[in-house]
Amino acid sequence: MNKQSNAYAIIYIIVLVVVVGTALALTSMSLKDRQQENANVDKMKQILASASIETEGLSGEQVVSLFDEHIPAADMYIVNSEGERVDGNAFDVSIEKQSKIKDVAERELPVFQCQKADTTLYILPVYGAGLWGPIWGYVAVEADGSTVYGAYFSHQGETPGLGAEIEKPAFSREFKGKRLFKNDHFYPIEVVKAGKGVDNPDGPDYVDGVSGGTITSQGVGAMLDNCLAPYQTFLSTLKK
Amino acid sequence: MAEKINLKSVLFNPFSKNNPVIVQVLGICSVLAVTAKLAPALVMGLSVIAVLAFSNVIISLLRSTIPTSIRIIVQLVIVAGLVVIVDQLLKAYAYDVSKQLSVFIGLIITNCILMGRLEAFAMGNKPWPAFLDGVGNGVGYAIILVITGFFRELLGSGTLFGIQVVPQWCYDHGYSNNGLMILPPMALVVVACIIWAHRSRNKDLQE
Repeated sequence: MNKQSNAYAIIYIIVLVVVVGTALALTSMSLKDRQQENANVDKMKQILASASIETEGLSGEQVVSLFDEHIPAADMYIVNSEGERVDGNAFDVSIEKQSKIKDVAERELPVFQCQKADTTLYILPVYGAGLWGPIWGYVAVEADGSTVYGAYFSHQGETPGLGAEIEKPAFSREFKGKRLFKNDHFYPIEVVKAGKGVDNPDGPDYVDGVSGGTITSQGVGAMLDNCLAPYQTFLSTLKK
Repeated sequence: MAEKINLKSVLFNPFSKNNPVIVQVLGICSVLAVTAKLAPALVMGLSVIAVLAFSNVIISLLRSTIPTSIRIIVQLVIVAGLVVIVDQLLKAYAYDVSKQLSVFIGLIITNCILMGRLEAFAMGNKPWPAFLDGVGNGVGYAIILVITGFFRELLGSGTLFGIQVVPQWCYDHGYSNNGLMILPPMALVVVACIIWAHRSRNKDLQE
C-alpha cells in the first residue's frame, strides 16, 4: 500500500486513535476508585480544617478514621431552606451545582455536624467564583448557630501572593468569632478593604479582604452571601 | 540513519553541553510555573522523563509506518495519550502533588522539548538510542527544574521539600524569606543565573 496516500493516512490515524483511546479508557477505569478515594480524603481534610482539626502528615486511612470520629455518617445530613431535613447523602452533594440554583427553596443544603471536645460545630460548605476560577470553602458555626468557629477557603487558580492568599490561615483566622446573627437578624459576613470595616452592633460583621486581591475578596463575600443565607432558618432553630 | 551514533553522547550530551533548558532554551514556561517548591519540580521532572522516553520509543518503533503528511498529529496523539496516563497515575498515587501541579502535567503536551526530540531524533533513529535520547533530555530538563526549585524554595520559603531548613535564630536576627522568589519572574532570573554560570564554565558555548 502506498504510504503517502490519503487512504493510508486516514486508516492509520483511525487505528492509532482507537488504540490510544482504549489504553486511556482502561487506565481511567482501573484507577477510578483510588482517585475517588483521594478526592474524598481531600474533601475530608478541608472540612476538618474548617473546624481547626489538624490533618497535616496523616495518611489517607488516618484522615478517614479521624473524620469518622468527629463527624459520624449519621451526623451528616441535608436540610432545605426551611431548615427541615431531607433525604440524601450529604457528603456527595455537589456544592457547585447547588450554589447555582437560583431558587433557594430548591437547594439541597448539606450540614456536617462535628463533635469537637464538648462542643458541637455545624460545618457548612460554600462555593463561588473568584477572579480566575472557582473558590470554595467550609465555615464552621458554633452550637449557638451564629458564632463562627473557623473557616477554610481554597481556590483553583487565583493569583499567587494576591487572591490566592485566601487559602492562608491568616485570612481564614479572621472569621473566628464573627457572628452571623445580630438582634435576630441574619447578616452574612462581609469582606471589605483592609481597615475599612466598622464593627456595628446592628449590622453585618466584617473581615478584612486581601490587599491586591480585591475581586477574589469580593468573591468570598458574595460566596458567603449566596451559600450561607439559605441556612438562615436552619441556623436560627439552633439558637434555642 | 547511516552514520553511527555514539550512544554515550546521546545520553549524556543533553545533561550539560546540549541541555534543552539552558542551551536550547526550550520548555521555559513550565520551569517558571512549577519550581516554586522542590517537590512539584521533582515530580514534574520525573513525569517529563517518563513521557519523553516512552514517546520517543513509540515514535521510533512506528517511524517507518507513519505517513509524513500526518506525522505531527501522530506524535501529538502519542504524547497526549502518555501525558493523560501520567496525570491519572499521579491523581491516584500522589494526589497532593498532582493538586499542586494541576494543569502543568497536562501542559507537558505542549512542551517544545517533546516535539523537538520526536521530530529531530525519534523519527530517524532506532528505539534504543531514541530511549536514551529521551531519558537524557528528560534528565537534562529535570536537573534544571530541581536546581531552580532548590534555590526558589530555600530563599523564598526557607524550606526544602517542605521541611524547615533555615533555623529560627536567623529569623530572630532579622532575616526574612524573599517573597519575590516564589513569584514566577524569579524563576527566569534563577534560570538566567544558571545559564550564566554554565556559559562561563563552557567557553565554547559563548557567542
